[in-house]
Amino acid sequence: MSTAARNYLTFLWRCSRIAFVGDWRYYSWMGVLSAIVLLGLNAYCKQFVHGLIVTGMSDEVSWGVYIANFTFLVGVAAAAVMMVIPVYIYDNEELHDLVIFGELLAVAAILMCLAFVTVDLGRPDRFWHLIPGLGQMNFPKSMLSWDVIVLNGYLLLNVHICGYLLYCRYNDRKPGKWFYIPFVFTAIIWAVSIHTVTAFLYVGLGGRPFWNASIVGPRFLASAFTAGPAIIILALQIIRSVTHYRITDKALLTLRSIVQVSMIINVFLLVCEVFKEFYSGTLHGASAKYLFFGLEGHHALVPWIWTAITFNLIAMVILSLPLSRSLKYLNIACVLSIVGIWIEKGMGLVIPGFIPTPLGAVVDYVPSLNETLVCLGIWAFGLLCYTVFLRMSVPILQGRLSKANEHLPEPDAEDDTDLPATAPAPH
Amino acid sequence: MSLLEPTPQEQAGATDRAMTRRSFLRSTAAFAGLSALAASLSPLRELGEFSSAEEFMQKYYKEMTPDDMAKVLKRIEGQVERQYGIRPHVRDLKPMDGVEFVYCLNLTRCIGCRKCVHACVAENNQSRNPEIQYIRVLKLPHGSMDMEKADHNYAPESVPEKGFFYMPVQCQQCHNPPCVKVCPVNATWQEKDGITVIDYDWCIGCRYCEAACPYFARRFNFTKPEIPAERLNPSMAYLGNRPRKQGVMEKCHFCIQRTRAGKYPACLEVCPVGARKFGNILDPESEVSYILREKRVFIQLKEEMGTNPRFFYYFDK
Ligand code: SF4
Ligand code: SF4
Repeated sequence: MSTAARNYLTFLWRCSRIAFVGDWRYYSWMGVLSAIVLLGLNAYCKQFVHGLIVTGMSDEVSWGVYIANFTFLVGVAAAAVMMVIPVYIYDNEELHDLVIFGELLAVAAILMCLAFVTVDLGRPDRFWHLIPGLGQMNFPKSMLSWDVIVLNGYLLLNVHICGYLLYCRYNDRKPGKWFYIPFVFTAIIWAVSIHTVTAFLYVGLGGRPFWNASIVGPRFLASAFTAGPAIIILALQIIRSVTHYRITDKALLTLRSIVQVSMIINVFLLVCEVFKEFYSGTLHGASAKYLFFGLEGHHALVPWIWTAITFNLIAMVILSLPLSRSLKYLNIACVLSIVGIWIEKGMGLVIPGFIPTPLGAVVDYVPSLNETLVCLGIWAFGLLCYTVFLRMSVPILQGRLSKANEHLPEPDAEDDTDLPATAPAPH
Repeated sequence: MSLLEPTPQEQAGATDRAMTRRSFLRSTAAFAGLSALAASLSPLRELGEFSSAEEFMQKYYKEMTPDDMAKVLKRIEGQVERQYGIRPHVRDLKPMDGVEFVYCLNLTRCIGCRKCVHACVAENNQSRNPEIQYIRVLKLPHGSMDMEKADHNYAPESVPEKGFFYMPVQCQQCHNPPCVKVCPVNATWQEKDGITVIDYDWCIGCRYCEAACPYFARRFNFTKPEIPAERLNPSMAYLGNRPRKQGVMEKCHFCIQRTRAGKYPACLEVCPVGARKFGNILDPESEVSYILREKRVFIQLKEEMGTNPRFFYYFDK
């Protein structure tokens, strides 16, 4: 038992050590990210002291970019599942080893989600009121308490799956099926639930007609299944070029077909929504009117939403053409869909729900500089986490960081190149 | 051995130097990192009195024993005294048996003078900077109840203006309050006498209730509330008008500190035209019972929402 524990601690120690080692590109990338994280932390400290008044939010528009980013990232987190399904249900070999990269992305995304919710709280010092047993959790009535449970559950599930698989690889052991397959399938269902619950957070509010529509849930799924795999396509290519980890084009094209279909469904649902809001001409369409055309001289969101729609449409066209089998065009389509969906599902969903207010006032919302810095800080934090996760997992998957070479000197800065792991770095 | 070839000792020295250089670089980087971290945390120095340990550990309202509550009330009195130089009287008033409060507002009478708005601010110790108001008076064109036509910021020389009517809106004390349903920590709930209250010491400031309320009744303390000491109303209730903290929700509570002690709400007392009526709906002799029995038409705002407000609008003619 104690050797097992020691072995595990050595594993953790070596993993955390390697996170601080890399070539100059790694150091500069991590340096830039850390600088942005610190800027964000600084902005958050100001907010902590002076209150949410340093943001652009008000009693009228009481949620802003924090919750918008949160909503978007919940979608990204479920992207992992889009790689897991082909692997475990259809036995797709191409993607098999890549599942871990997807799940690690999910972990990073959930960490960002939790950060975004925390910075949105007026009293973060009282977060313990949410902990069942210690505080008072309004479960099952409040959708927010559901969200807290499903997000943390999803985090644990993915940490367990990734951690277990990597540890087995480190020990050069075959993973025991019962230790992870049930969790993988739970995670698939769970991924759908984190979306649905987050959508219900909005759908459940009868006083906000823009959100109180059954189409919001399905649209959440469609847009997440577009943006998530699109991010993974880009991430995999970066991993491939930086680490020489073998990732085939075929794997990327498998993901392409997921993005393709989801984007078409996403645009179709958008058309359904726009039709319902505008054709009937009821008063409930005011929020949509504000979003797409502006209301009473307030137009803050109009340029955003049209940018999003244009991006989504171009992406859809590129994706449906055989053209996007070439990686160059596929990448363009991915970037366009990520940006388009970020706007549409973040700003485009959260903000118009508040405008006009239930008493008919139209008040614009523009994020403040401080708020933007906090957001950038959290994004940088997420990227930092993901980079570190990859920094640990790629050498393990390549077999360069394993129990077998525990007693050899640690590979240093240059181990990201093609050199054999044990070759001494040239001085 | 050529003079140009380094001796083994020299070689070892070079490796040593490389090692020291590397560890020097490492410690410089660590030092720079730590100072950058310290610099980024520096705004925290202005934090001041944020939350005492007692306050941090305070129990949930419904789980406090009378002893716990007595201690908490003492602590609050001390805090207020330290901050404003005035010793307040903070009570934890409970709902009375056989009482359910209801508000009726006569739209024919209301002239839109906003006296109720300001009386409420004075009574309930709302922040003056930024100013928080619980009552919003809407100016609507004759013949329409469509709130999207409402003017919130009307400021004519004198009211009322021809062709318009005025509708004050505040917390409607719903029978089915969506705000209570969504609160993740039960920081807001409906009491036996119909008043939906907030425990300002339990609220985590997520603002979900603000998004859920169909009447724009809730107000958030986006920063530390500011009240001039000479304006402080020292007669306070725990669930009512005691001063709030930064980062928590508040709203109209039918002047709990007055109505649970047998008085009328401040907005009613100040109304110059007698448009506001308040009372116990369980008492058939009360004025509100009479109004709801005798008037041919009265309105609950957004009836289709199913919230079933305890706030009724009615007309004279
Ligand atoms: S009016 Fe709004 S704040 Fe008041 S009880 Fe109803 S939902 Fe809650
Ligand atoms: S802001 Fe406070 S009262 Fe409102 S839902 Fe959040 S915790 Fe509850």
